[in-house]
Amino acid sequence: MMKRRIHVVDTTLRDGSHAMRHSFDAQQAAAIANGLDRCGVSLIELSHGDGLGGSSYTYGFSKVNEFELLKAAGAQIQNSKLAVLLLPGIGTIADLEHAYGCGARAVRVATHVTEADVSAQHIQAAKRLGMMAVGFLMLVHMSEPEAIAEEAKKMESYGADYINLADSAGHLMPDDVRRRVEAVRNAVCIPVGFHAHNNLGLAMANSLAAAGEGADYIDATLRGLGAGAGNTQIEVLAGALQMSGFETALNFYGLMDLAEEAVQPIMQRPQVIDSGALIGGYAGVYSSFLLHVYTAAEKFSLEPRDILVELGRRRMVGGQEDMIIDVAYQLTQQDK
Amino acid sequence: MWGSNNQLISKQKGVRYPLSKIKVAVIGPGNIGTDLMYKIFRSRNLEMALMAGIVESEGIRRAAGLGVNTSTDGVNAVVADPEIKIVFDSTGAAPHLKHAPLLRQAGKIAIDLTPAAVGPYCVPCVNLDGLQEQDNINMVTCGGQATIPIVHAVERVAGAAYAEIVACIASKSAGPGTRANMDEFTETTSKAIEAVGGADKGKAIIVLNPAEPPLMMTNTIIVRVKQPEVGLESITESVNRIVAELKQYVPGYTLRVPPMMEGDKVTTIVQVEGQGDFLPAYSGNLDIINSAAVAAAEKIAGRLLGKRGATA
Repeated sequence: MMKRRIHVVDTTLRDGSHAMRHSFDAQQAAAIANGLDRCGVSLIELSHGDGLGGSSYTYGFSKVNEFELLKAAGAQIQNSKLAVLLLPGIGTIADLEHAYGCGARAVRVATHVTEADVSAQHIQAAKRLGMMAVGFLMLVHMSEPEAIAEEAKKMESYGADYINLADSAGHLMPDDVRRRVEAVRNAVCIPVGFHAHNNLGLAMANSLAAAGEGADYIDATLRGLGAGAGNTQIEVLAGALQMSGFETALNFYGLMDLAEEAVQPIMQRPQVIDSGALIGGYAGVYSSFLLHVYTAAEKFSLEPRDILVELGRRRMVGGQEDMIIDVAYQLTQQDK
Repeated sequence: MWGSNNQLISKQKGVRYPLSKIKVAVIGPGNIGTDLMYKIFRSRNLEMALMAGIVESEGIRRAAGLGVNTSTDGVNAVVADPEIKIVFDSTGAAPHLKHAPLLRQAGKIAIDLTPAAVGPYCVPCVNLDGLQEQDNINMVTCGGQATIPIVHAVERVAGAAYAEIVACIASKSAGPGTRANMDEFTETTSKAIEAVGGADKGKAIIVLNPAEPPLMMTNTIIVRVKQPEVGLESITESVNRIVAELKQYVPGYTLRVPPMMEGDKVTTIVQVEGQGDFLPAYSGNLDIINSAAVAAAEKIAGRLLGKRGATA
């Protein structure tokens, strides 16, 4: 039997941007993109962590404008496709056109898992530009497999080239991942992908579970650099996929060297499962809230855990980083 | 939720004193148009003279059932009635672009609740006084109505180099129009933060949250002020003043987090609970844009009636 081919999508320069507090510079972006392009990655995703237009008080200002980073990275890419993330409500079609002008040839249009219909406008715009368009459903732990399949079908109908399921809070167990991938695969005729977070230590196990269930695209980052406890570590994934009997275009040693040379030296904090990340995963909180929670906890003299648990209880979704301040303020009022 | 006796009585009162009221029409008998109708029933100087659509619909039947004249001849029925002076358009951007010149020709004042923005943006507690002579005003967006007053309140005392807003709306309260065109919301709101709010640069973000029970509309407003030395006390006083003015037409508007200051950054969080006229209370986003539209119409009607200083 022929080995099944897995396409690996690197998002070091997008999800990793959260862990870097959006401080990548053009030189770093160019070096990372250059290395990834040589190592057989299908898509290289680059934008503010919250997608195009994410640079803001609420999500953190980018040190270097993402369009400058796209140009720097784009100049290094020959084999892979340069991709951007776009969250409708934050980024716009004007931003997408600008990104296209800077070399982006794929866009992942991300919505909350129940809100696929807000992606129609942006997926269709991407197809008009001749870009690859990916329907990206976030926080898939918050919906049941059948409901997710319905949302995926909507994105397929808008013209999406594949559906990516994101366990944005790192909350799912491997069986939960399998059930979701299976339901979506049965519902759509386009490929399915998976994006893990490591908050409960399951990013690698969940990525393998998704691949085993038929997902063709798997997201990962160098050193696991990403929001919360980080993502699936790409250099580890390269080895693990091979040992699990899948074929990839990845250069195992090349990725190891790239992680060590281009990412390790610039990391601001160790990419580990600290208490905040663990509670975020356990409570089902969007991973990119984490560093903002630490900042708010310090400002309001609160326990980060208390803020995270309350955010989970309120069922806040991706993009609601502004509510961290609201929760912190309301918690201090309770104590009075 | 609708059709209560109170609303019928208030409408009958309107019939009893027709001369003290200005006749208005609503084009677009959907959820927004129907909620507008209930708000018009409550008005002191507006009379709900016509609900116009282009097909027979639940909204048309509901209006007819409440004793309102209805038509499925759309804008034509509106322009044919010379007594109608003010027209609310809650259809869509494309239809309003067609309606606007016809309404102007017929000498009617249009209150545009669509993203067409033929006329200037109007946020009643900020700039309505300066728009009295306009024959077409645009109500921006729900998020704009909820946040621009705060931007303005901060700007008028401390200046605003940049203002950013995040509007969170319950998924159930975001209609197909909003969902099909999220960019219209972000782009229109950003522009109005600058044009009406007075910020040099504006940025708007919208998030839909599907939590059950549905969450109230929440808005965060962050302003980078030009003169932080003005101090938090003056900024808070200015914000409290505008919140009091807003409450006159949106009773459910409250400060969740009063202005907080870190250097030149001022953060405020507000919540909008709807009045539950036709739409549920969590639809504060729809309540505030409709309430603003009716408040603007009442002020214009007051002028038409010669009642100087009439307010919502």
